[in-house]
Amino acid sequence: MHTECPIPVSADETVRLGHGSGGELSQRLLREYIYPHFDNAWTVQAHDSATLPRIGGRTVFTTDSFVVSPLFFPGGNIGELAVYGTVNDLAMSGARPLYLSCSLILEEGLPMKTLAAVMASMGRAAAATGVQLVTGDTKVVEKGKGDGLFINTAGIGSLEHVLSIAPDRIQPGDSILLSGDIGRHGMAVMARREGLEFDGPLLSDCAPLHEPVLALLEAGINVHCLRDLTRGGLATALVELAEGSRRQFSLRENDIAITEPVLGACEMLGLDPLYVANEGRFVAFVPPHQAQQALAILQKCPVSADSRAIGTVSASEAAEVILRNSIGCERLLDRLPGEQLPRIC
Amino acid sequence: MKFLHEYRQREAVEKIAAEIHRVVTRPWTIMEVCGGQTHAIVKFGLQQLLPPQIELVHGPGCPVCVTSLEIIDQAIAIASRPDVIFCSFGDMLRVPGSNGDLLTVKAAGGDIRTVYSPLQALKVAEDNPHKEVVFFAIGFETTAPAHAMAVVLATKKRLRNFSLLVSHFLVPPAIEAICSAPGSRVQGFLAAGHVCAIMGYEQYRPLAREYRVPIVVTGFEPLDILEGVLLCVRQLEQGICLVLNQYARAVDRNGNLNAQEILELVFDIDDQAWRGVGSIAASGLRLRAEFARFDAGRRFGMAHSSGPDRSGCISGRIMQGLQKPCDCPHFGGRCRPEQPLGAPMVSSEGACAAYYRYRNRSTADAH
Repeated sequence: MHTECPIPVSADETVRLGHGSGGELSQRLLREYIYPHFDNAWTVQAHDSATLPRIGGRTVFTTDSFVVSPLFFPGGNIGELAVYGTVNDLAMSGARPLYLSCSLILEEGLPMKTLAAVMASMGRAAAATGVQLVTGDTKVVEKGKGDGLFINTAGIGSLEHVLSIAPDRIQPGDSILLSGDIGRHGMAVMARREGLEFDGPLLSDCAPLHEPVLALLEAGINVHCLRDLTRGGLATALVELAEGSRRQFSLRENDIAITEPVLGACEMLGLDPLYVANEGRFVAFVPPHQAQQALAILQKCPVSADSRAIGTVSASEAAEVILRNSIGCERLLDRLPGEQLPRIC
Repeated sequence: MKFLHEYRQREAVEKIAAEIHRVVTRPWTIMEVCGGQTHAIVKFGLQQLLPPQIELVHGPGCPVCVTSLEIIDQAIAIASRPDVIFCSFGDMLRVPGSNGDLLTVKAAGGDIRTVYSPLQALKVAEDNPHKEVVFFAIGFETTAPAHAMAVVLATKKRLRNFSLLVSHFLVPPAIEAICSAPGSRVQGFLAAGHVCAIMGYEQYRPLAREYRVPIVVTGFEPLDILEGVLLCVRQLEQGICLVLNQYARAVDRNGNLNAQEILELVFDIDDQAWRGVGSIAASGLRLRAEFARFDAGRRFGMAHSSGPDRSGCISGRIMQGLQKPCDCPHFGGRCRPEQPLGAPMVSSEGACAAYYRYRNRSTADAH
């Protein structure tokens, strides 16, 4: 039943501390801005926790927080990112994503229409990905104690395969596949934040990755390891995997796709695209005899249509990543000492 | 950025490298002056393409590296003031002062903003009329015209809350200091293409003559740098000491006269302290008397009081071509990019950071 409210909702309404009090304002916030986007059996329960049906097989559980600034960037927003980021963490175990939680930390003064747009986007992203938002929480902090809106999501997925997908399964000879061009998310956020304009569109690659991963597994590809490329970019992800597997990776720079706008923006700002964040790209380590088949499967999924083989795992046990560049020289890739760009996800 | 690809093509690069191998008959030490060139050399692994007789040493052309400890300490003091918004290029935030760095000030609540151009800082000043907005104006002849432009615009807009902490350096006096230093090993120079795009290269002719060193104005792409080395080595092998221009697509002999004009309008030439090297006569820029009100050091009554640099950093010897980053006992140990002892480990144009970040087999084995 709709409780009568003496204050009409206006288009320019903003979040107030009372919206986090647990009282009537909180209820209205949930009812008008949050529940409508998660219309499923669990939000109808409006209970402190969601009771889920038994999940068959092994269960995967992960969590991630999202603090990107600005909240809206070319190609996406914090809401989509919060759904896809956690979905992708589940997908990198080879899991089918099932349920998400959503915790919001709102800053006093956040325009309600911003919240509404973010929540609508989360709802669309969840629906498109086939995950259900089943539980959540909302807190409001004083003006100046947050940056508009922070989101935490946790996710549960189920494993429908028997493989162990982990760095220690990376084998000499494995082919390293990359699911598309790199560096778009970091540069799109950067361009928006700094008001920079470049030739050509610079859109975030923000997207869910479970579909190509499940397609690989369903086709019987013996996937050894998967990793999504987020903060720190391709280079950081591969350095971590080289260390985790005690293996040496050899990469061919010419096979790593980078679009002209990303290259241009990186040149201008002195950034290395290998270290720029992505939100819709991953690397897959697969046995060499299945590499072509795996590549063909990835290329059939729109989100990984530009997949390429970018290198191989060597027999050496030196835990390092060697890049052979366009002019035929080699260099070792290492971790970045700090963030190239702060608060991009 | 399509135009970059042609300067990174393997066949073209290999052709020039083969020509260098063909002409070289004995050891030569060549200094690339600019940190951007150092970065490209190490990033692309260009030393791997050169014959072993050619040693590239890395010059002082990284503004983050040469900004004096005293100026860093002044920046930290100014940025710590509650009435100040301090705008800086990102790299400067991690340069260690006598006591901490600007990032420490930021973490303690200082309002420090990373900008990419002085005009962004100017906008911050317009948007925050009740705050003092200070721009950390560091750089060589390349960035100085934009900083001069910010001063001119601030004058036009009658901005009273905008000032610059100026740490500006000039390249030719530094080359002269390196040539005339006792024990100098440098036999030829790759001059910084961007600096020459502003200033032209007439200033280098007397240096080449007096110190008997070939100077080649050189760009920043792999092909540029190898061509620069080739033009330098050919002269060295023939005993010629001319100023040549490899970077003709961006540089002409007289440079950018408009930029020079605004530089002269706003700045005076002055002696300048280079971190790790010391004071070099007439090697810096300071605001002219009529723009002195934009001088942040003066506005905030900064004293000249930093003590000696006790970090153990050998940056001065590296930037004069006397030692390499791997020669430093602290390289990769006590001094790492996340915990730098000295500025060359901070900036992407710093030789130490470039060596650390773009290790290849040879530099990795060295530490």
